[in-house]
Amino acid sequence: MSYIVDRRLNGKNKSTVNRQRFLHRYRKHIKKAVDEAVTKRSITDLDSGESISIPRRDISEPFLHHGKGGKREMVHPGNKEFVTGDHIQRPQGGGGGGGSGDGDASDSGEGIDDFVFQISQDEFLDFLFEDLELPNLVKRQLQGVETFKYVRAGVVNEGNPSKINVVRSMRQATSRRIALTASSRRRLREYEKELQALQEQDSILRDKVREKELEEEIARLRRRIKRIPFVDTIDLRYNLHLKQPKPTSKAVMFCLMDVSGSMNQAMKDMAKRFFILLYMFLKRNYEKIEVVFIRHHTSAKEVDEEEFFYSRETGGTIVSSALKLMREIMQARYPADEWNIYGAQASDGDNWNDDSPTCRELLIKDILPQVQYYSYIEINPRRHQALWREYETVQAMVDHFAMQQISDPGDIYPVFRELFQRKDLKRAS
Amino acid sequence: MTDRKPISTGSDWNFELIQDYDREIGRVAESYGLDTYPNQIEIISAEQMLDAYSSVGMPVGYNHWSYGKHFVSNEQHYRRGQMGLAYEIVINSNPCIAYLMEENTMTMQALVIAHACYGHNSFFKGNYLFRTWTDASSIIDYLVFAKNYIMQCEERYGVDEVEAVLDSCHALMNYGVDRYKRPYPISAEQERQRQREREEYLQKQVNELWKTIPLLEEKHDQRDERRFPEEPQENLLYFIEKNAPLLEPWQREVVRIVRKIAQYFYPQRQTQVMNEGWATFWHYTLLNTLYEQGKVTDGFMLEFLQSHTSVIYQPPFDSRFYSGINPYALGFNMMQDIRRICESPTPEDKKWFPDIAGSNWLETLMFAMQNFKDESFVQQFLSPRVIRDFKFFSILDDDHEKELHVTAIHDDPGYRDVREALSRQYNLSMNEPNIQVYSVNIRGDRSITLRHVRHDRRPLDTESAEEVLKHLHRLWKFDVILESVEDNEVVDSIKCGAGGIEVKTMDLEEEEELSLIQRV
Repeated sequence: MSYIVDRRLNGKNKSTVNRQRFLHRYRKHIKKAVDEAVTKRSITDLDSGESISIPRRDISEPFLHHGKGGKREMVHPGNKEFVTGDHIQRPQGGGGGGGSGDGDASDSGEGIDDFVFQISQDEFLDFLFEDLELPNLVKRQLQGVETFKYVRAGVVNEGNPSKINVVRSMRQATSRRIALTASSRRRLREYEKELQALQEQDSILRDKVREKELEEEIARLRRRIKRIPFVDTIDLRYNLHLKQPKPTSKAVMFCLMDVSGSMNQAMKDMAKRFFILLYMFLKRNYEKIEVVFIRHHTSAKEVDEEEFFYSRETGGTIVSSALKLMREIMQARYPADEWNIYGAQASDGDNWNDDSPTCRELLIKDILPQVQYYSYIEINPRRHQALWREYETVQAMVDHFAMQQISDPGDIYPVFRELFQRKDLKRAS
Repeated sequence: MTDRKPISTGSDWNFELIQDYDREIGRVAESYGLDTYPNQIEIISAEQMLDAYSSVGMPVGYNHWSYGKHFVSNEQHYRRGQMGLAYEIVINSNPCIAYLMEENTMTMQALVIAHACYGHNSFFKGNYLFRTWTDASSIIDYLVFAKNYIMQCEERYGVDEVEAVLDSCHALMNYGVDRYKRPYPISAEQERQRQREREEYLQKQVNELWKTIPLLEEKHDQRDERRFPEEPQENLLYFIEKNAPLLEPWQREVVRIVRKIAQYFYPQRQTQVMNEGWATFWHYTLLNTLYEQGKVTDGFMLEFLQSHTSVIYQPPFDSRFYSGINPYALGFNMMQDIRRICESPTPEDKKWFPDIAGSNWLETLMFAMQNFKDESFVQQFLSPRVIRDFKFFSILDDDHEKELHVTAIHDDPGYRDVREALSRQYNLSMNEPNIQVYSVNIRGDRSITLRHVRHDRRPLDTESAEEVLKHLHRLWKFDVILESVEDNEVVDSIKCGAGGIEVKTMDLEEEEELSLIQRV
């Protein structure tokens, strides 16, 4: 006798918990692999999972077994030329093909190759952005209570007629009618039964008086039942909608990059890595994110991604042109009460000397009050120039402004982490 | 050949067809007298198969990172196409649960039903090891109990705490079985009821053992003192569960759970060749019988045989696919050979197997299946014919010699030696180091001493032994000493205390000298 069961629709992720435990246990290894991967990866494919490798000996589960040495006899199949008494050279490496006579076929016996496995993109990003947070995200969500949305909040007794919940009202009415007429109907049934029994008797034997009485009583009860209203005001039920503050979850990110002659391709690559990290990070925090690319030399221009990263121009540098353009775009398209605005600027620090104070003014007066966070990275192995010093005064004045220097690609991720590390961790360290 | 009406012709399966095949296969199995538990055939997807894999086939299991590790690595291999999934997993329970993968063709499903639901199933029900050691009707209940208990512990004491105990128990899992004592199975319900009483009672006993208040007659002669335990104990986990001085009651219960599960799997480890051989023999026999009765098509048989032959392929020792003796191949060939010896014995067979040559093959096979394990099965039934077919030869690897030595091959003087050697190879207690609890210092520092009795001078793998000792130390919480004994002399010892690992090697040539290595 057999039962056949279709289990295919049962949960298939029985191992999820165990897998999570495994990842948790080896998070240090994974974190390290992820950190390495970020610097190694090509610029565009941050958007995929990663294969993690952990030295096998770190994760092996020990058990008691024999080591090499001593005397042992093994039987093997497939003899071709050996006869009893032959002496054979010991095969090199691993003491004889399949010499693992230990009852347990264990993978830990195999040696030193790494244990390699894949983590998904989400997990990769989790590890990548672990302990990071978007600065000032909470503040804006509280501020942004001007936008509301209506959500259903159940059924209530009062409301306006346009919100009557018909099904619930009718259900209420039905149950009220059943409740209010129950005793009348019971008596009605009794009388009707009695009357029927009476009428079935021979006409001579009938109790005519009782019959009349019953008929009257039945009519009275029928009227009474009928008097119960079909729908009463107390039956009415209304849908309730509540106004709920809607967190502003739209974000826009401004990428500002210097493309003047002094920025070479390597510098631009570094800038791009930084922007992409930032983009991935924001994408995890907001449902919707837009990116505005602004590049500048002596004048600024809004461009698409392709042009932003790959076209090359020469000429001097006026940083304020980009900041002005950013201000205009913000005013025209991204009002600060609807959008979370992030600014990231990358430059090699070269600027028209007279322009740097203008930049500072622009930032402090027009841009910083509107944005959530503004970060400036200087890609520059050399010493700082006027722009850096002006920005330092900005940093001293404002909390949500950060600046860092990057001199080679290895710095990018650490700098990124530095910029976005959770406040409590930062304080602790 | 009256009505050659096959059950189906296409390769697609559906539930009606599975039912039809199961009925037919069941009918043939019954005609051969196979006694089985009722079957519960479950169709699952590849992902679910991966899940089942990583929990060693247990349908319910407690959570532990090592299962996650297996899952991750299986998944990886499967994705890369390095590994095909097994067609089936079968669980020794009543009813006997068999998993069928939905990707299989109808032929494969039929093969799996014959193999798992009638082959393995009847083995589970018939073999003496399974009959005495496992309780098929309560294992699922017990696993559920274990899972819930561990989950409760995690809630009460934290995941990390529980994980640490489980890690330590897993390291000793192979030493959590009774090899010689007979168990008396307890049902899961009793288990639950008795669990709480046990907690209290056990703690009381342990307290008794470790009572530190000095007694008046404490001052007695050292020689007079009796060793504890009086006899060496082979079941390390059991010993820990009952005697570890500082374990919490819940920790004892966790030790017990791991021990019980290890015990449940112990028969499977001892009967791999027989179990797979038996199942393979029966899927081969049952499906061939169906074919003779015209219930399956030629195409079905071709697909089946193609799969069957690859299952029983034995690569020679110098092949790059060689990874030891294939239990399916050896088991199947021995089963077939027993049938051949019964049905058409040669003079050689009559000389070697006077008892069974010419007897009823079905009765002989049943007897073999019921009363043997791999070790004794090979010893009893491996015929010269099979040794010749496999071209078995035996190699002696002695680290005192420069070269390997061929001690026996598949010829007249060699048959017995090869058989002897192969039988030993399946003796679990030979393959696993013989380690037992030797003594516990109950009046002094509470240290526990294990003894490894070396056989043929084979040493322990020190690195893993040290790791295991750390785990043991975590459970015992006082010093743990592992001594290796050769010819009644302690040759080296590893000690794991609070300060770390300490390895002592007694150099046999210069007996007085001790080389001491301190490690942390």
